[in-house]
Amino acid sequence: MQAVGRALVTFALLLAGWQTLVWATAVEPFILPGPWLVLQSLVAHPELIGGHAVITLLEIVLGLICGGGLGMISAVSLSWLPGLRRWLLPLLVVAQAIPVFALAPVLVLWLGYGLASKVMMASLIIFFPVTTAFLDGLRRTEPGWLDLARTMTAGQRRSGRWAVLRHIRIPAALPALASGLRVAAAVAPIGAVVGEWVGSSAGLGYLMLHANGRMQIDLLFAALFVLAAMAVTIFFSVDWLLRRLLPWQPDTLPNK
Amino acid sequence: MSARISETTTAGPPIGIALRGAALAFGEKLIFTGLDLDIPAEQTTCLLGPSGVGKSSLLRLIAGISPEAEAESLTASDGGPLAGRIAYMDQRDLLLPWLSVLDNVTLGARLRGAAVDGHRAMALLQQVGLEDEAQSLPAALSGGMRQRAALARTLMEDRALVLMDEPFSAVDALTRLRLQDLAAELLAGRGVLLVTHDPMEALRLGHRILILRGAPARLGEVLEPAGPPPRPASDPVLHGLAAGILRDLAG
Repeated sequence: MQAVGRALVTFALLLAGWQTLVWATAVEPFILPGPWLVLQSLVAHPELIGGHAVITLLEIVLGLICGGGLGMISAVSLSWLPGLRRWLLPLLVVAQAIPVFALAPVLVLWLGYGLASKVMMASLIIFFPVTTAFLDGLRRTEPGWLDLARTMTAGQRRSGRWAVLRHIRIPAALPALASGLRVAAAVAPIGAVVGEWVGSSAGLGYLMLHANGRMQIDLLFAALFVLAAMAVTIFFSVDWLLRRLLPWQPDTLPNK
Repeated sequence: MSARISETTTAGPPIGIALRGAALAFGEKLIFTGLDLDIPAEQTTCLLGPSGVGKSSLLRLIAGISPEAEAESLTASDGGPLAGRIAYMDQRDLLLPWLSVLDNVTLGARLRGAAVDGHRAMALLQQVGLEDEAQSLPAALSGGMRQRAALARTLMEDRALVLMDEPFSAVDALTRLRLQDLAAELLAGRGVLLVTHDPMEALRLGHRILILRGAPARLGEVLEPAGPPPRPASDPVLHGLAAGILRDLAG
């Protein structure tokens, strides 16, 4: 509760600073509207902003599911098949260096102005951090556990490799996967919005671009505020869920 | 899902092990070569030696988890295969932090896709005094408790041969004495190879004591202390022998 209180105080101070800046510089509202004006705009267009927010939220969540799922599958496949690892891992490392945003126009060209291109965009930027983080976790299994497992499964007719992956390697790699998913939750909104900027007919990114073109800067800020609130909520929900799912993972940083 | 194979709960006939021509080298550096080691059935053989002499590698070679050491032959006394008849216990407890104590104890059966015998696991936890911690995560346990859980997991495997690599070196002196008594009681009737750097531990637990030292390392004379293990830690005869072993190790 205290943490929430502190966050609210920080937020209020930021708003106060913003309003003070607007007053002190007497900047035109179509350059920088004050928080009060933004709030008015937010209250005035609940359906407009809400409708676009739902689209963006859907893109983010679908992106997280697709990109996260594909990332997990590819990490497990790469850890299972040394041949695949030899061929694909260098490619994966190089592919990470490609600015995925540069692909956005192509994705819009191929997949159209609708949901698909944005989900693809979000999935693409989520895929890499999830794959590399999970694969890293899968490679770093404590050797002692594997030795123990080897003595336990010695002389078995069927190889214990799958059992070891399922009972030891994958659970041991979950904290690493969780780190990847946290990064994914943080970058997914970026992917969705960039996709919307490049070409779309709906979503908060589309609304912001549209409002900007018509000098409705208060509406732009209102949409931005909703987007930020959504992104923060998604990140903390994912973080909370992962902590709940991995209670055995020690958190050694002091809380106080 | 295939039908689960139910496991037998007997350790099988007692077996000993004969290791011939074991060799270990790290690059140019020869640790040991042409080493022969026998582990008789139903007896505890303790292997003592200074660190870096290759004790652990020798044990891991027998356990089948040493990529670096090799041997001319490694055979069971009944001529059967060794695989599946050896249990291994490390100086680290190697408990999986996401599994409860009970699930850790029954890990072997799950890895083999066999039916989990929860009753036997609980009985073993009771024997090591952890029945109240069956559902706890390892992180909630003290070092001594964790090592007892590891002992229960080793016993759960129910193998004729048990290989222990400095199993009690990471706990305090009093806990170590208690764990030694517990291990001696629960491991009776199995062939045990216990690697340790503590002469007193070897003298308390070993039917036979071997010292590995030198470069390249050789095994010394077999020492067989009188009386059945676990021998009392207060025995002055043992202390005299321990002093002799320490001199031997230093010299």
